[in-house]
Amino acid sequence: MKNYLGFLKKEFYHIIRDFRTLLLLFGLPVIQILIFGYVIRNEILDVKIAVLDNSKDEVTREITSKILSSDFFILKENISNTKDIDKIFKDGKVKEVIIFESDFAEKLEKYGSADIQLLADASDPNSASLVINYTQGIIANYIKGINKQIKQPLQIVTNVRMMYNPELKSAFMFVPGTMAMILMLVSAMMTSISIVREKEFGTMEALLVSPLKPLQIILGKVTPYVLLSFVNAVTIIFLGYLVFGLPVRGSIILLLAVSILFITLALSLGILISTFSRSQQVAMFISVFALMLPTILLSGFIFPIENMPEILQWLSYIVPPKYFIIIIRNIMLKGADLTQIWTETSVILGMTILFIALSVIKFKTRLE
Amino acid sequence: MLPIIVIVPIVQLIILAHAATMEMKHIKLYVVDKDLSATSKKLINKFRGSPFFVITEFGFSVSEAESAMLQNKTDAILHIPVNFEKKLYSENTSDIQLLIDAINGLKAGLTNAYAYAVISGFNREILQERGSVMSINVNLKSIRTHYSYWYNPQLNFKFYIVPGILVILVSMIGLFLTALNIVREKEIGTIEQINVTPIRKYQLLTGKLLPFWIIALFELGFGLILAKILFNIPVEGSLFLLFSFAGIFLLVVLGIGLFISTIANTQQQVMFMVFFFMLTFILMSGIFTPEESMPTWAQKLNLLNPFSYFMRVIRMVLLKGSGFKEVFNEFVSITIFGIVVLSLAIWRYRKIA
Repeated sequence: MKNYLGFLKKEFYHIIRDFRTLLLLFGLPVIQILIFGYVIRNEILDVKIAVLDNSKDEVTREITSKILSSDFFILKENISNTKDIDKIFKDGKVKEVIIFESDFAEKLEKYGSADIQLLADASDPNSASLVINYTQGIIANYIKGINKQIKQPLQIVTNVRMMYNPELKSAFMFVPGTMAMILMLVSAMMTSISIVREKEFGTMEALLVSPLKPLQIILGKVTPYVLLSFVNAVTIIFLGYLVFGLPVRGSIILLLAVSILFITLALSLGILISTFSRSQQVAMFISVFALMLPTILLSGFIFPIENMPEILQWLSYIVPPKYFIIIIRNIMLKGADLTQIWTETSVILGMTILFIALSVIKFKTRLE
Repeated sequence: MLPIIVIVPIVQLIILAHAATMEMKHIKLYVVDKDLSATSKKLINKFRGSPFFVITEFGFSVSEAESAMLQNKTDAILHIPVNFEKKLYSENTSDIQLLIDAINGLKAGLTNAYAYAVISGFNREILQERGSVMSINVNLKSIRTHYSYWYNPQLNFKFYIVPGILVILVSMIGLFLTALNIVREKEIGTIEQINVTPIRKYQLLTGKLLPFWIIALFELGFGLILAKILFNIPVEGSLFLLFSFAGIFLLVVLGIGLFISTIANTQQQVMFMVFFFMLTFILMSGIFTPEESMPTWAQKLNLLNPFSYFMRVIRMVLLKGSGFKEVFNEFVSITIFGIVVLSLAIWRYRKIA
């Protein structure tokens, strides 16, 4: 036991004294959370528009000011010629052009209807459809106001409720994913590299002939990363709560327990990788391509899996973080309890057992 | 080396373009139709006809639907209450409820937009149908809105994301290869041999950087051809303009790579630093989400982010056919960038190991 503690201490020093690693360990989660929470947003805010008002009467002015007084749009330019539209779109200055037909107020008064044309720069398709949608909403509101006195026929009123995340904050989506990614990075990638480094330098043999048992060596290697990962997980949950008001609606104990289970899974993956790579480069290469990329792309972290081609959807089933992300989203945001997440939890448990078993088999053959 | 140059773009374009999609189609809709009237059925049919929605389940209980949402079996719930049709024709107004799983805010916003389009379209339709029959008040005013999506009428998300992937591709090749190449020589020790030769610093550095500059530009061309073949990406603007911009942009990238190689001692450190760097700058550059919706501080920071300029220019030139006049400002900025970064890196690089 004393030997083991000494070894453990040495491993801790290894990690703490390398400031670049530490930077990655603690800087990355913070930066990631801030970027995802603040920067990756698709909401419509201060969208620059141009107005081509062929009528310039009271009604068109009123509609324009209605549109501009919402927080969504800023008037960048008034244009007078349809020929200019292509040019200002190409400049990238505006995202939408609103065109009022001539004699707008008169037509509205006389015939009861008038036309507005909305042109959106759809080189960014998602924003374009949101921009059109918002503008239509404002115009519809305006016309409702005009028709107030007259009872409007056959109106279908849609009450929309945004469940679990009424303010549509992007942090709600990204914090669970960031947690999975960081835990994967720290537990699997760093562990595998640190074990392989001993192999590469030849110091592994020295460790193996020491009175330490193989199990103790592995545990000694792994323990610091378990602690670091756990600290990271708690930091991320805390940051999410503090900065973005991300709730933990379910049980926090369940959340932490599942996190530990996932950390174990990641560590067993790291050990497994270390058993079949000879150099740090190989370990790193495998970690990046077999762990990090799938975690970022195929886990539903950023991109919804259901929109991917079938093959990628199938592939996503063997990506462990996918299950972890579902679990934390459900616990944190939907307040799910164990009965609602037991499928995913048992998948993770099964994978963990499989990977540990595999690495034990691999590890033994290597010792012989 | 050669396999990397050929395989990386193919893999990136095929996998990233399909995986990195924020296109929201196939939104799973759970329909709770308690009315079961002709009107409600027609409305549901409208949803069925929309390319954005897939009706996955029908039910009669909202709480059952909500528990399906809890288990991620559905993205949105359309609740049509009892007497929907009756109320609509007797009281002239009737409510329906739409519950959207908003954990993914982007998706929820789009779901709402698409649903609004379907429902208001349906509303107009029944107004026209019934309007004449019921001789509805002619005094009612209406403003018709017509809309069109320029440069990408089908709202094809690939057109948006593939130019972004090309930016990643070009920068990654430039950054990784430069930094790794020099650091490897450091690790192996051969850099010292070069350092003791009479070769001048600028000769050494141009010799080191020029091949990667050419390779990266070649990658851009190769990537563009692939993008054209695989996804039929529009090329509206001048390729010469795009390549000249890329050429200057690459000076910045190579400068950063050179700079990293001066602070890193091992290839592992290079990997970590590049990973950290790329992830941050690429995500900030507006690859997935528009720059305008970022907070002001992020937009200001982006003035210092070379990737955001290229991201903007490649989309403007490829999709909209913007010319030199329209991207002039970006040209000036990236040129200043190139000069500053490259001279900093060259100044920092010492011919000592």
